[in-house]
Amino acid sequence: MASKVLHAIYQDDDLLLQAVKQIREARYHIGEIYCPFPVHGLDKAMGLAPTRLAITAFLYGLVGLSVAVAMMNFIMIEDWPQDIGGKPSFSFLQNMPAFVPIMFELTVFFAAHLMVITFYMRSRLWPFKKAENPDVRTTDDLFLMEVDAANHNIDDLTRFLYDTGASEIRLIDNK
Amino acid sequence: MYTLSSKIKLAAIICMVVGAIGLVYGFIAAPDTVEDVEAMMASEHHGEEHATEETHEVNVEQIPGGNTEVDNIEHTEDNEAHATAADHAEAGHGEEASHDAEHMEHILHQLQNKPWAALYVAAFFFFMISLGVLAFYAIQYAAQAGWSPVLFRVMEAITAYVLPGGLIVFVILVLSGLHLNHLFVWMDPEVVAHDEIIQNKTAYLNVPFFLIRAAIYLGGWAFFRHLIVKNSRKMDDATDLSIFTKTFKLSAGFLVFFIVTESMMSWDWIMSLDPHWFSTLFGWFVFASMFVSGITTIAIISIYLKSRGYLEFVNNSHIHDLAKFMFGISIFWTYLWFSQFMLIWYSNIPEEVVYFIQRMNDYPLLFWGMIITNFLFPVLLLMNSDYKRVNWFVVMTGIVILCGHYINVYVLVMPATVGESWFIGVPEISAVLLFGGLFSFIVFNALTKAPLLVKGNPYLKESKHYHY
Repeated sequence: MASKVLHAIYQDDDLLLQAVKQIREARYHIGEIYCPFPVHGLDKAMGLAPTRLAITAFLYGLVGLSVAVAMMNFIMIEDWPQDIGGKPSFSFLQNMPAFVPIMFELTVFFAAHLMVITFYMRSRLWPFKKAENPDVRTTDDLFLMEVDAANHNIDDLTRFLYDTGASEIRLIDNK
Repeated sequence: MYTLSSKIKLAAIICMVVGAIGLVYGFIAAPDTVEDVEAMMASEHHGEEHATEETHEVNVEQIPGGNTEVDNIEHTEDNEAHATAADHAEAGHGEEASHDAEHMEHILHQLQNKPWAALYVAAFFFFMISLGVLAFYAIQYAAQAGWSPVLFRVMEAITAYVLPGGLIVFVILVLSGLHLNHLFVWMDPEVVAHDEIIQNKTAYLNVPFFLIRAAIYLGGWAFFRHLIVKNSRKMDDATDLSIFTKTFKLSAGFLVFFIVTESMMSWDWIMSLDPHWFSTLFGWFVFASMFVSGITTIAIISIYLKSRGYLEFVNNSHIHDLAKFMFGISIFWTYLWFSQFMLIWYSNIPEEVVYFIQRMNDYPLLFWGMIITNFLFPVLLLMNSDYKRVNWFVVMTGIVILCGHYINVYVLVMPATVGESWFIGVPEISAVLLFGGLFSFIVFNALTKAPLLVKGNPYLKESKHYHY
């Protein structure tokens, strides 16, 4: 037997936030929420874990810095230490100020791009991806909340959602 | 209302007294004559320089005529005029003795400058903090910031030091102008007489114009500070927004005045210590240093007052914002520091690069250590958003930042005034204690003058509920 979910549609974000709090208090399980724009505080209300994207960006930045240092050290100091305009290419530290712009840029480059790619991978976003959109109106002006029916009484759950201010409630077979 | 705790008062007074005693000792201990310097050097490096001392004595004995050495010392007063080729030809050995005496004379000037320079660095450092806070305060008004009005009274109290602190700096400048010290080499007419580069700058670098300019900067800053703070007090009983609008315009005007005068102030008070050297982004560099020290001081004092239960409307989001500023402006300072250093290092033009060569050779620990205290430490500790809300983290980083920017001012001033004879000893620490005590006394005393929460500011409610 396929599990069922209820799609409750809300008209505005204040109502939605209030409903999320009530539903969580009543111990129903919220699946997804679809919004046309970021609702401030929704993740906190839903109890989602904070993102670790910033931590990955820091680590990627360190990778970029290491790449820059290793590259400049190999090319300019170890492989072919030429005298270019009198710059001291005897050791990395002696010529370091000249490498700082590259070290900085590569740090930023790695941190930014790898973090964005991480974001795409974690959010499963890519070109030609089939949009997962239960109701086209959620991209314009409506807020849709998916609530697991699980083994709750459907009628009770529907009434409860209606009381939280949902303007439309639909029972859907979850594929 | 805040009441000045007797502990702070006592600590400030003890700091001032100990600092004053230490400074007086510093001035007394500074050598008066070349003989003092020789005695000091002999006792300091007895083992190492034994050999050179012996040859020196031999040389003196070999000089024909007993008075030659004394003559040479007198000649070095204006050595370029008198130490002519004829002199050298007359006494072949006298040349070496003359060189040695010249060196001793040089060290003497540096050691005599030491307590003065220590006084100047500390006086400027604490003045710069309050000036940086004044700029930050004006920016908050001009930008109509919604988070900061609950911190306005703390900022106002810190800017109370602008006038007294500025006057002290001004007095030191006047004393330099009266030739009581050799901090500014271009103020010495004998040096200027033999220095064409400085001669060409005398239209700008002359004592009367220098003091007039200083008076204009200080007067302007103190005047704007007085008006803005007076308006802020008046706003407490205001019924409409007219005073706020006026303060907004006043702050915008102040910022225009400030950025011009601050830039010129940094040329006058700091860059002119090395009158042969110039840098175009110097004004910004000094500004970044004062700005980040000022913001750090706001954060530390706010956290202190909050821990004593005086700022119940300040939450950790406000601290988070201040810590973000500390983090960002620290990076800004480093950016300017590096831009100035790297451009000069890269092109390596002799007349510019001596500035950094002197600092790298004579002050290696401080010069490179600044990068750790002013950049690496705040960047790594304040990068995490959660850490910016942890009070002891912010205070600890703040103390390191303040020490780092004291060292920054130290490395700006000292190489030109005391050169390789620098040491962070009794006069330096005493001067910091003296001005640190004075600064905290004036700031905490100013906190008692008005309620710690402003009223009538249109952004007050937003600021009280500020949450990030």
